Amino acid sequence: MSGTELLLDYLTRYFPILLFIIIALAFGVVTLLVSYFVQPKYPEAEKLSPYECGSEPFSDARMPFPVRYYIFAMLFVIFDIEVIFLYPWAVVFDKIGLIGLVEMLVFIALFLVAYVYAWRKGALEWD
Amino acid sequence: MAILFFFYFAGVIVLTSILVVTLRNPIYSVLSLLIMFFHVAGLYVTLEAEFLAAVQIIVYAGAILVLYLFVVMLLNVKREERYHSQFPLAALLGITILTEVLMLAFLRGFSSEAPAVAPAVGDSAQPGEAIAGTGNTETIGEALYSTYLFPFEVASLILLVAMIGAIVLAKKKVGEGEA
Repeated sequence: MSGTELLLDYLTRYFPILLFIIIALAFGVVTLLVSYFVQPKYPEAEKLSPYECGSEPFSDARMPFPVRYYIFAMLFVIFDIEVIFLYPWAVVFDKIGLIGLVEMLVFIALFLVAYVYAWRKGALEWD
Repeated sequence: MAILFFFYFAGVIVLTSILVVTLRNPIYSVLSLLIMFFHVAGLYVTLEAEFLAAVQIIVYAGAILVLYLFVVMLLNVKREERYHSQFPLAALLGITILTEVLMLAFLRGFSSEAPAVAPAVGDSAQPGEAIAGTGNTETIGEALYSTYLFPFEVASLILLVAMIGAIVLAKKKVGEGEA
């Protein structure tokens, strides 16, 4: 397969994805551009100053996050990796048959243990 | 022609990697890391490794990056001259790795063939041919759920251990902080 052929092959296979990326980018850029050009501009010093519900800002907006968010992020990573294993399984599901189903059930059962553990430990609670 | 893709992705990866270490605002660093992850995924696609590309986007861009962002926000890192104090160490490591890469490149020789842009698909003698017909994800699936069944289940167990570890560490800290 020559280089040009390869390129065409890519383009035909990845055209929908490319289209998605282009639309996603264009949506953001066009929205910002349109609002930039359409908006009326009467800048004043008072108007341009940052405000907090009408009152003067009293602290930096970049505050440290509560550490509690971190545990949700970590749990998300682990379940994300579980989902990654589901993709190739779903693709070959009709080929591997019942054994594949049992395998995945064992896999998910172990994750269920993890989930129940997280639940009972209160890791999904906010406080 | 396909080499254009390689140079585009490689160029953006290099550029954004430099931005990650040189930008002053750590949030911007993390966001350029996000762009880098997406372009690495693009590079995987040109290597015919679609599954790896999906993993790159879902795990790295989706989950690992969130962890990085949380660390930046937890620690409340402001703009800092952070990389200046570590410059000697970074230079030493960088030069070592650069020498290694250059040595590899010169010893193997720069071939006029595109170094990585999927030449395996074309040549029928290459093992890539078997993959070309079915697709990367399918091949991985067939291998993973038949030959590598046991490691697959062990992976589940390892993730379970990781999760318990994470909960034990993080939950304890929160509890102690409040008590």
